[in-house]
Amino acid sequence: METTDLIFRIVLIVVIFAISLVVAMYSTYAERKVAAFFQDRIGPNRAGPWGILQPLADGGKMFLKEEIIPTNATGFLFIVGPSLAILTACIGSAVIPWGSAIQIGGHTFDLQVTDINVGVLYIFGVVSLGVYGIMIGGWASNNKYSLLGAIRAASQNISYEISMGLSIIALLMLTGTLSLKEIAEQQHGFHWNVWRQPLGFILFLVCAFAETNRSPFDLPECETELVGGYHTEYSSMKLGFYLFAEYINMFISSAVMATLYWGSYNYPGMDWVAAQVGPTIAPLIGVVVLFGKIFFSIFFFMWVRWTIPRFRYDQLMDLGWKILIPLAIANIVLTGVGSTLLTHFGY
Amino acid sequence: MESLSNKRKVLEVKPLNFLERAYLPAIVGGLSTTMKHFFKKPVTISYPEEKREFSENFRGMHSLKRDEDGKERCTACGLCALSCPAEAITMTAAERQKGEEHLYREEKYAAVYEINMLRCIFCGLCEEACPKEAIYLDGDIVPADYLRKDFIYGKDKLVEAPLNQ
Repeated sequence: METTDLIFRIVLIVVIFAISLVVAMYSTYAERKVAAFFQDRIGPNRAGPWGILQPLADGGKMFLKEEIIPTNATGFLFIVGPSLAILTACIGSAVIPWGSAIQIGGHTFDLQVTDINVGVLYIFGVVSLGVYGIMIGGWASNNKYSLLGAIRAASQNISYEISMGLSIIALLMLTGTLSLKEIAEQQHGFHWNVWRQPLGFILFLVCAFAETNRSPFDLPECETELVGGYHTEYSSMKLGFYLFAEYINMFISSAVMATLYWGSYNYPGMDWVAAQVGPTIAPLIGVVVLFGKIFFSIFFFMWVRWTIPRFRYDQLMDLGWKILIPLAIANIVLTGVGSTLLTHFGY
Repeated sequence: MESLSNKRKVLEVKPLNFLERAYLPAIVGGLSTTMKHFFKKPVTISYPEEKREFSENFRGMHSLKRDEDGKERCTACGLCALSCPAEAITMTAAERQKGEEHLYREEKYAAVYEINMLRCIFCGLCEEACPKEAIYLDGDIVPADYLRKDFIYGKDKLVEAPLNQ
């Protein structure tokens, strides 16, 4: 690896890390604003113009709160829980291609930290690890509500990972690769995967909601039943990490969704634009397009949160096991039969 | 039995059809409802900058009135304090001295008049009890403060501004 390439990688890692933190930070602000607009209110508007310094104020508050570790909690694991939650949330962004290769001064750089050939599996691995943060935190709290919340989170995530994996299999049958970079390149122009896998996308979307513990599947932190859920005993920045991890997860799963189904950095007429502005600016426009898709997706997460009431736990399990998994399997069969027939008749 | 009001409606409980069970059309309907609200004008009144219009008989902070010559109306008879169900009012009476005729209407006046705004329930009974029409609850909302002692309002806060100013 050349030195310039290495420097570019390091810069890219730092930039992506900073961007995911800033996006997560401002997601908390956006969530409150969006919630307010959906409820005919104004939302936070006191800290800075239009309240844009609100996330900083919240963060400052979190840091200054008293740090409480319960006497009967398992001290070490109690700290590991939130650390793991935020760690796994942050490392997911490593394999996402943020744009096509960019040319700066005769060098060509990939706008991706690393292109491993099992990118999709890596994302799945990281997402599965995410539940450990919640499990360990809930267990170490030594509180029955925390434990119940953690158990809910674990069983919910495991159930929905199955149908998520199955919905991805149908997509992978079409793409023939696990590398996210290649999947992004295949969707050049307007050949987005969502046109070929509409059912798969809906399944993936529902599972993404469940995986990120977002409403209507936010049962792990059900106040009426579980006090605070898995983070009942947490305070100060450790609580902040849990809440923050949720928003980073939302950002990463939006990015994955955009990459897998909504054409990543591709948009109609991108060849024409690339011919006009050259190989340095064109990928940057692609990055902007990708972020537009991601932001819309985050907005959709919030939109759903303020629309749909929470599921009951047995309904959640019914939906996961009795509806989503059979549908995902049917989707695989349909995709297989369809693609075989299409190749057979020469399309 | 026959319904008297003709308002009774017999509900038929039908099993859900496929679209209803699929749940997605209902979600789309819900999303469009919330989207309509997204573009509605917010109903919020940003309180300290903007104020909601009060009704005419709104009871807010008390004010001690002056008569048409700018003299204080209150004679410290104590009826307001007596009528107060929350016991929020106290006062000390004093005799009017020579040369104070332009300040106080009667020979007796309230040297100290205090209302504890944390005790006050804004019922308006003091208003009704006052024989001199000296006290009215026609002010604003009592503002927030940090210390309990600052909620005991004296004459400096209660008495109306003099006429000639």
